[in-house]
Amino acid sequence: MRQFLLFFCIILVGLVFTARLFYLQLYSSQSNNLYEDNAIRKVYDYPKRGFVYDRKGKLLVANQPSYDVMVIPREVEPLDTLEFCNLLKINKEEFIKKYNKAKHYSPRLPSVFISHMSKEDYAILQEKMRKYVGFYIQKRSLRQYETTIGANVLGDIGEVNNSNIKKDPYYKMGDLIGKNGVEISYEKILRGRKGIKFIQKDRFNRNLGPYKEGKFDTIPEQGKDVTITIDAELQAYGELLMRNKRGGIIALEPSTGEILAMISAPTYNPNDLVGRKRSKNFTKLHRDTIAKPLFNRSLSGVYEPGSPFKLMNALIALQEGVLSPEERITCNRGLKYGNSFMKCHCSNHIVRNDMITGIQKSCNAYFATAYRRILDKYENASIGIDKWSTHAKSFGLGNFLNNDLDVGQKGRIPNRAYYKNLYPKTFRTTYTISNAIGQGEVATTPIQLANMTAAIANRGYYFTPHIIKSIEGEKLPRKYTTPKYTTINKQHFETVIEGMLRVYENGTAKYVKVKDIEICGKTGTVENFVKIDSVRTQLTDHSIFVAFAPKNNPKIALAVFVENGYFGSRFAAKIASLMIEKHIKGAITRTDLEHWIRTHSLENEYAKPQSGEPFNINEKTQLQVIPLD
Amino acid sequence: MRQTDRHFKFDWATIILYFLLVGFGLINIISASQSGGSIELFSFNNPYSKQLLFIGLSVILIMLILAIDSKFYERFSSIIYFASLLSLVGLFIFGKNVNGATSWYGIGGMTFQPSEFAKAATALAVAKYVSDLNTDIKNLKDQLRIALIIIAPAFLILLQNDAGSTLVYGSFFFVLYREGLPKLYLSIAVFIVLISVATLKIGPIITVIIATILLFTFYFFRRKKMRLFQPIALTVICLGLAYGVQFFYKHILQPHQQDRISLWLRLEKDPNKLERMKKTFAYNLNESEKAITSGGFTGKGFLEGTRTTGKFVPEQHTDYIFSTVGEEWGFLGTMFTIILFILLLIRVLHLAELQKSQFSRVYGYSVASILFFHFMINIGMVMGLIPTIGIPLPFFSYGGSGLWGFTILLFIFIKLDSNRINEW
Repeated sequence: MRQFLLFFCIILVGLVFTARLFYLQLYSSQSNNLYEDNAIRKVYDYPKRGFVYDRKGKLLVANQPSYDVMVIPREVEPLDTLEFCNLLKINKEEFIKKYNKAKHYSPRLPSVFISHMSKEDYAILQEKMRKYVGFYIQKRSLRQYETTIGANVLGDIGEVNNSNIKKDPYYKMGDLIGKNGVEISYEKILRGRKGIKFIQKDRFNRNLGPYKEGKFDTIPEQGKDVTITIDAELQAYGELLMRNKRGGIIALEPSTGEILAMISAPTYNPNDLVGRKRSKNFTKLHRDTIAKPLFNRSLSGVYEPGSPFKLMNALIALQEGVLSPEERITCNRGLKYGNSFMKCHCSNHIVRNDMITGIQKSCNAYFATAYRRILDKYENASIGIDKWSTHAKSFGLGNFLNNDLDVGQKGRIPNRAYYKNLYPKTFRTTYTISNAIGQGEVATTPIQLANMTAAIANRGYYFTPHIIKSIEGEKLPRKYTTPKYTTINKQHFETVIEGMLRVYENGTAKYVKVKDIEICGKTGTVENFVKIDSVRTQLTDHSIFVAFAPKNNPKIALAVFVENGYFGSRFAAKIASLMIEKHIKGAITRTDLEHWIRTHSLENEYAKPQSGEPFNINEKTQLQVIPLD
Repeated sequence: MRQTDRHFKFDWATIILYFLLVGFGLINIISASQSGGSIELFSFNNPYSKQLLFIGLSVILIMLILAIDSKFYERFSSIIYFASLLSLVGLFIFGKNVNGATSWYGIGGMTFQPSEFAKAATALAVAKYVSDLNTDIKNLKDQLRIALIIIAPAFLILLQNDAGSTLVYGSFFFVLYREGLPKLYLSIAVFIVLISVATLKIGPIITVIIATILLFTFYFFRRKKMRLFQPIALTVICLGLAYGVQFFYKHILQPHQQDRISLWLRLEKDPNKLERMKKTFAYNLNESEKAITSGGFTGKGFLEGTRTTGKFVPEQHTDYIFSTVGEEWGFLGTMFTIILFILLLIRVLHLAELQKSQFSRVYGYSVASILFFHFMINIGMVMGLIPTIGIPLPFFSYGGSGLWGFTILLFIFIKLDSNRINEW
């Protein structure tokens, strides 16, 4: 047996080695990925982010260089912390905090250590960077806004978060990504594609040269420039008019669906969200839960549309053949239905309105009748409301527009299924009569309302409202260039449009007429409520206006929403008129209107619910006059 | 006629295995020591082209060894042994210090490491003494004399601060055991190793409890007659040994030696301290394990290893050459190397058993044992299975002295083997 001891030992060692190699090379070995290999340094070359121009070719967004100090924690070697902290202008506690945070994220992947250093700091640091193993400087490019307007349209860029990285491995810690507005909608086009260089390192972290002579390196693909549909001048004007008010304006070009202006008030200067001051300012804006400057009211604000929705009911009534344009409906300061009564302010005595005067005077009784007839045309109101709902939805209401804006709301156009819980068995037209005048369960966003107006202006079709006008070397998606037809025949529109024209000529908006422009519009005044200390309290009505102009061959269709502005023509119609004039004439002749809007603030109105004191609303309010800034 | 026949009596299988190992070793030395640009095999100013030169000179050396009459090695073994000892002593006067060890002679631009040749000389001396008709290995006096033959060079090498090479002399235990060293020595060795490792890993108390249970179980189920005194005495020895080992580990060993052992036995649980170890003394091991791991099944390919190219593993072309195999040739390459070594070891072992003269057998056994020790310690170390001990991988690692030392060791045996027909 003695001669076998060494033999057994040899075999045993062979087996142990095999097992160990099996464990190391087959079991724990990860796929051979250059990105994971810490013997290879990855140097990213960030491309120029595409510029953003307005529809007239004015440059809105450009770039500025910025320098980040990056760290790969496991490669860090003992260093002169004090000197390094002085160079970075941080103290030792911050250094330790930042280092631990980076290490916690990943010891082997780069994290941002200091972001957005100034050029001067960078110049000093660059000289000494070689001493700090594990740290390096990454050049990036930040946005440079050539304007102070359009924060909600243009959006901004910021550092990627963990979920971005998880969703798309293209992004690495510290990369910048579009956070909202055009920047997020066209992120992939604007950002281009970063280039990468693989560099062979040695164990002292020195570069030995390109890995495989740069066989796997890629060159950066420049971001493409985009032109957006916004008219910067109109946008700026809208923002000026909406100062000291809350609400939104959406202006569309009916013949293309292009968004000419998208104002959400209050807003902020886009430059506030660039670079180092971004996080501080963003927190400030984000924490303002009362004025909500980050909330895009023109896209996400869901309001009852009020009277402008009467246009919709008029069109459906005509299409369904339940009313002729000439038929007159009696209004006795309102309409009695069942045991209830709907008030109307169209006149102090009994009047008989046809469709045109119904629209002109915004007669509640007329549209309540129209609504009842539409629903009662069918066997029962359940079928009727589904028909009605289908027509309204063909105008892009009650659903997402499915366009290139990053936020949006569905709004609401109820059908029978919606009322299932409320009225499980019997369902009568009168239950939902408020829908006739755009209140009750109907809800829209300003952009939906503007789009509805554009469809009326086009006499029966619309183009999905969109923000992109052109992309360098690319064609626009077909969904923006093909018209979407409504379920209403073309001939029915003329009566409604005539009614809308009368609103300006003789009706609720006659004081805001603009010379030489035939404007068709419709005012709206919408009751609204909030809970103050869990008591449902009514606030001053919202002021709403939809309009398009000129009547023939329309150039602009818009919806204006002014929160708590009281009746439609008090704020919204004035603003709409000025916007229309600005767009069509390029200059303002109604300077009286402009002056009035700019010197009247609603801030006192907005302060009321927070004041903790009892307050008056609507006709009992006093407007706040401010000096012209 | 007889002259020509003799050439074919050389064991060609061993010779082929030798050249396969040397050749594959050279390929890996090229990877580990190239510095970008083109490969210049004949410039002789970089490690791989020097290694090529050493291999060329080895061939001349082989022919020389095989040409000398096999009787020469037995007859002159004592002289060779004493000459070798003298060369080791000479280091104290003329030696050159490289990396903390005074193991080299510097002659012109070349260095020469006598300890690499001392192994073959010692193997010859041991074979000579054990095969002497007057020697009885069961006799304590003879055991002591043999021990002296082995310890003399080992001690000189230890004094030169080359602990790794000293350890290799432990491989002669296999030779002596084969030749009849009492089983008690093996039992004691195994006993001490087991108790020491167990003490460090699980603590002295549990070790002694387990050992006691095992000893008494063995006592109650014994077949031979045995006195109760024996297991009790052994338990007491266990207890003493366990606490002795613990005391030695905690109070005698230097902190850096403690760290090595604690890393080897995975005693350290504090992740921060482990991280620090990986950056300091365990850096080589850590990088070498990473390089091997990164190779995966097929490896990254010749000259494609990013960690090898980046010189992440220090001493990669010498002691850590196996990590290059791991990174560039993957599991296939490492298994290929291990199988080559095992085939060579088993072949030499098999030939040794076939020898008719005791001198040849003992010498052959010594060759297998020495090569086995190098193989086990070097690859085990590179893969983190045993603590870091710096000795080369035979035929693979860069270095002229090493290559020639192993070549002489192996080819003297091939020469002896070729003559076994004539031996009676």
